[in-house]
Amino acid sequence: MTSLATLIPIALFLGLCSLGTFFWALRGGQFDDLEGAANRILIDEEPGERP
Amino acid sequence: MNAVVPIVDEPLSETVLVVPGMHCAGCMAKVERGLEQMPAVARARVNLTARQVRVAHHPDVSVPDLVAALEAIGFASQPRSEELGARPSAVKPLLAPLAVAGFAAMNVMLLSVSIWSGAEGGTRWLFHWLSALIGVPATAYAGWPFFASAWSALRRLRTNMDVPISIGVLLATALSLYETVTGGHTAWFDGTLMLLFFLLAGRTLDAMMRDRARAGVDALLRQAAPGAMVLTPGGKLEWLGAASLAPGMLMRVAAGERLAADGAIVSGRTALDQSLLTGESAPVRAEPGQAVHAGTLNLDAPIDVRVTAAGADTSLAEIARLMEAAGQARSAYVRIADRAARLYAPAVHSLALASFIGWMLMGAGAYQSTVIAIAVLIITCPCAIGLAVPVAQVVACGALMRAGIMVKDGSALERLAGVDRALIDKTGSLTLGRPVPDAAALAVLSERERGIALALASHSRHPLSRALADALIVGGHFPAALEDVREVPGYGVRGLWQGMPVALRRPEVAGRMAVALHVTDWPVRLIGFTDALRPDCCEALAQLTALGVQSSILSGDNAGAVAEVARLTGLTGQASASPRDKTDAIHRLQNGGHFVLMVGDGLNDGPALAAADASIAPGTASDVGRQAADVVFLGDSLSALPRAVRAARATLQVVRQNFALAVGYNVLAVPLAVLGHVTPLIAAVAMASSSILVIANSLRLARVA
Repeated sequence: MTSLATLIPIALFLGLCSLGTFFWALRGGQFDDLEGAANRILIDEEPGERP
Repeated sequence: MNAVVPIVDEPLSETVLVVPGMHCAGCMAKVERGLEQMPAVARARVNLTARQVRVAHHPDVSVPDLVAALEAIGFASQPRSEELGARPSAVKPLLAPLAVAGFAAMNVMLLSVSIWSGAEGGTRWLFHWLSALIGVPATAYAGWPFFASAWSALRRLRTNMDVPISIGVLLATALSLYETVTGGHTAWFDGTLMLLFFLLAGRTLDAMMRDRARAGVDALLRQAAPGAMVLTPGGKLEWLGAASLAPGMLMRVAAGERLAADGAIVSGRTALDQSLLTGESAPVRAEPGQAVHAGTLNLDAPIDVRVTAAGADTSLAEIARLMEAAGQARSAYVRIADRAARLYAPAVHSLALASFIGWMLMGAGAYQSTVIAIAVLIITCPCAIGLAVPVAQVVACGALMRAGIMVKDGSALERLAGVDRALIDKTGSLTLGRPVPDAAALAVLSERERGIALALASHSRHPLSRALADALIVGGHFPAALEDVREVPGYGVRGLWQGMPVALRRPEVAGRMAVALHVTDWPVRLIGFTDALRPDCCEALAQLTALGVQSSILSGDNAGAVAEVARLTGLTGQASASPRDKTDAIHRLQNGGHFVLMVGDGLNDGPALAAADASIAPGTASDVGRQAADVVFLGDSLSALPRAVRAARATLQVVRQNFALAVGYNVLAVPLAVLGHVTPLIAAVAMASSSILVIANSLRLARVA
């Protein structure tokens, strides 16, 4: 029983953390351009650019 | 992100430019790097979904500078006008509810598993309370899209898919809360949350398809020039925005500019590209006195135009209004899922009511009867039905996309499956819509002449020059070395080849589309152009007929040109149809009980594309055509038409099977529920497994195209 008392809050806290992170990302506009994000990995960085 | 910002002390201003020509990673990199190379630009960030780039720059840089910088690397752009701001995404409002439902469903399911495996007394009490604490707020938040939609349907005395969902979810949550408070045995939080999660997943898939479709009207208005150089009475040239133009003003339109208003030419001779309005690609000669329309591209020489109509009075705006009206008619279409709900919801609700009354009559208490009635509602809640339609449509759309056919949303597939008449525009739809030089005329040229022609043609952006250059490059020819090449507006391109004057110019005798290649001392060569039929046009039309779709031509071109194509394809045709004639023709067929497929590409087809039950445009279509159509196909082959219809019909069949599977599963579980044997465990298993079954069946569509 005592293990439950610690494990359940931990599980819920971690779950809430990830939910909070998702909301933060959503509000930060990271899901605004899914098509662009998928294409962006194909852009080659030119040498010396944006170190 | 860490680009060196030369001027940091002043606040940066921000500009959003619309760049319709971006469609891949290469374009994004070019646009961002091209802008960031400008010393006064701090950041440029592309949004590919919206085809926009957000530029943070020093306030000294004006918008035309940025547009010019993009023009220099080959991208046409325009500042985003505020009233046509980005259309809100359909996916975004669903993401947060989806995440909440997913989080809550997982955690509550974890707690439920231990209850199912026999947690008793205090532990069960604690777990029920925890589930309630997570489940009630999560249901309220994640269920909101369904509750809102159900309420708006009920208020208008209608019903849709969301009504049975909302009733089921709300009753189940209320019962579970009651059980939790009174220390009962069963709570259904896991089931309702899982149901919401699955339904939101289906709905998000559906919204993703819809997001790719943008309404035609804003693209249309983006085509109009943002403004024009106006010659003031004092003889000064002044830049005026399109909104400030008024009839009577004199605007000067340079070669390569689009007209911002309707008017009549006062001075200057030029060729106009009216393809945006008429869909016909051949340049049209224009002389003083002739009426010209907003959206037309001036090709050759500067002209002065007296404005006769501006803003909302132009023929471009008139077409926009026609399209909007036509699109509204289509939005009255009822999705297949909602049609199913009209039958399903009353059946389920009367069944739940019947079991409540039945158990009351048999002497069970009000509490037990309510529990059983709610169990019936939960077990019949259309979880798999919520997935039955979107999953099948997403899989089919993916298959079609790999075949080069882009479907904009799921309802397009449903409507496409029902068509039995096809109206096809001539130029650009049955034909390639671009001039192709006659092979015979090219064959008689000597190798040196071809080299000279290619070199001259490559110096011009005139459509005929570009077509000639493309044909010669494909033929494996190399350009000759020329000197002193100049493009003369209204005449052609001239230059020097080994000291001899050479020219690629307009032929003296006007008639059909042609250019003359003139090398001094050699005979003048006339190269004719035709707009050829798409390669497998007749075969594709025969396949359409075999599918029971009868086709005919509906063109804005003159009767002679239409008769020629009608003879070649064996179709009947209507010629000289204005945009309004086209929508009228569609309405006539629709009133006759037909379901009409419109195939077209030009702006003049826009209203017809929006009015038809389903519409297809080639990838080469005008922006408006592509935006207004449900389906866009890439490549030259017209076989995309029968292929899309076949795939749509196959999808409809799988959707029906999915409904049968989902309902069938419920039919098996309903007797258990009515007899009062359904536990939350059985409900959860039934829900998950029927969803998996429906998804598996839909995956069969992966090779439909």
